[in-house]
Amino acid sequence: MTTGMSDHSADIAPADHPSHPAELARTAPTGQLPARFENPGLPTHIPRMADLDEKAARRAEKQVAALFGLSILGTLGFIASYYLVTEHGSVFVPGIGLMRAENLALGLCLAVSLLGIGLGAVHWAKTLMPDTEVVELRHPLRSSDEDRQALVTTLREEGRKSQLGRRPLLKYSMLGAMTLFPATLTWQLVGGLGRLPHNDLSTTEWNGRYLGGGKWQFVPKRLMRDPENTPIKASDVVIGSVFHVQPEGVLDMTEGKLEAKGKAAVLLMRLNPSDIRSTKELDWSHDGIVAYSKICTHVGCPVGLYEHQTHHLLCPCHQSTFDVTNDCHVIFGPANRPLPQLKITVDSEGYLISAQPFEEAVGPSFWERGS
Amino acid sequence: MNALAARRPRPATTVLLLILALVLGAAALVTFATRPASASSAASGDQIAQGKALFQASCASCHGINAQGTMTGSGTNVAGPALAGVGAAAVDFQVGTGRMPMAAPSIQAPRSKVQFSQEQIYAMAAYIASLAPGPAIPTAAQVDFAKGNAAVGGEIFRVNCAMCHNFAGSGGALTRGKYAPSLAGSTPTHIYEAMLTGPQSMPIFSDSDISVVGKRDVIAYLKAISKEPTQGGSRLGSLGPVSEGLFAWVFGLGLMVAAAVWLGKKAA
Repeated sequence: MTTGMSDHSADIAPADHPSHPAELARTAPTGQLPARFENPGLPTHIPRMADLDEKAARRAEKQVAALFGLSILGTLGFIASYYLVTEHGSVFVPGIGLMRAENLALGLCLAVSLLGIGLGAVHWAKTLMPDTEVVELRHPLRSSDEDRQALVTTLREEGRKSQLGRRPLLKYSMLGAMTLFPATLTWQLVGGLGRLPHNDLSTTEWNGRYLGGGKWQFVPKRLMRDPENTPIKASDVVIGSVFHVQPEGVLDMTEGKLEAKGKAAVLLMRLNPSDIRSTKELDWSHDGIVAYSKICTHVGCPVGLYEHQTHHLLCPCHQSTFDVTNDCHVIFGPANRPLPQLKITVDSEGYLISAQPFEEAVGPSFWERGS
Repeated sequence: MNALAARRPRPATTVLLLILALVLGAAALVTFATRPASASSAASGDQIAQGKALFQASCASCHGINAQGTMTGSGTNVAGPALAGVGAAAVDFQVGTGRMPMAAPSIQAPRSKVQFSQEQIYAMAAYIASLAPGPAIPTAAQVDFAKGNAAVGGEIFRVNCAMCHNFAGSGGALTRGKYAPSLAGSTPTHIYEAMLTGPQSMPIFSDSDISVVGKRDVIAYLKAISKEPTQGGSRLGSLGPVSEGLFAWVFGLGLMVAAAVWLGKKAA
């Protein structure tokens, strides 16, 4: 570093070098660029108050110590408020309102504690640590030819001594062991992804009863209110109303409930049948009551913003908008496919039931989906 | 003294009777004025007449002289919908929150200053309820959120309401300039009526959808979260990543820029 500096010290000499812009302007004709810009060098070093006056330096020292002391107080305050401020107490803060006193005390003390250290360190560096400009030049990264040659010689020599070249059995068994070893890590990683999904993404609880091995047997299921878990009579659904629905049994599940809910969620709406423009939608509805998957076909958010006057169904995440009067086709936003409709009917007691499973996979696209 | 004179009441009795009549009359007035329109039968003919007069003066220009609704005349645009069957609850909500009468036609009637006294609103509600049966104004017991279960209400709210009104009831955007308003400061009765009648873009949550008890639980939840102290300082409107992100970008980055400037400045 020192050698590097002295080598080029002539180039970076500061201060009184005649390369001041004013000088350059004098040497070059007006309106023309000079043939070569001179190195302006470093600006003149101006000493700080603390460099010149010992009193100022002592003052700076005290300021830094005070900041560090503040940090100590903050830390002690943090520990104190951990024990002293009650967990459920609240305090009124202007501009915020009522807030949890414990979090306020802990947060403020932590801020003082960390800021004290940070501000103290910066103030110390700015006032007391040396601030003379230092120039450090780059040096070539390449090693000397002798060093490079020595490395090659050593590798060759030691390789010969290890007898790897002479004993191929040793060489190949070692290579085999070392290439196989990473399998122990990757095996866990891949195995940890869980069992193969089979057709899980294409089936929901509306498919009926699970027989194992990705096979289902269709059984009609009642549409249940979420979260009340009560069946819905067709006569309960007035025009303009919306019900959030889960298939019968899902809300009673103890295992895999969230996954089942996440796929089977359905939105039930009642329209005036004359407002429905699609024959298929009308066929699959009951008296203007239509059921659609609540899972957005874009990235799977719950589509639940139903405007009962425009019959627009809106996804809160990316504003995909579906037209409920026309098979829930996308009329705005990033979703690409209509929401799948659930064909419904009523059972002998007048409760709404599913008439068949979803005809297509619900939710966003995936590799095996095919569309 | 003849027989007629014998049956004539004494002056003291007359005074007592008068006082009794006054007290009874006042009691009846109070009863009617506080909860009149819970059923159209409870509304007197006078009240309906008063309501009709108010309606024809303030609402008929859009809703029609007999509340039959009117068209704007361009396409299928409705100036004011027909009101038969919307019920007293819809009137109390729309007029009681200042949404009606609308100052000017717009995509959505905003909450604003209430133009009528509660008595006048009840009168109009009684008139509309007399046109056809509809949802009634909830009773005090139905909206007594002190009796509600806020935990159950929170579950119902998150499934049924949160997608439009936001997890904390702060409201949110809908399509084409429409929006779900913030629920902060709404009275329990108005929240109940909104669920029951589905004003504007909001779907209807009839009593067969969210039960009477469930509605009370939802109100209890909303009142509970509005009273809850914040955990980590300002909620920034409880709007989630938009306001929080804006705050972090403006103040967080601003603070870092200020720190960088200070670091780069030479000490005196």
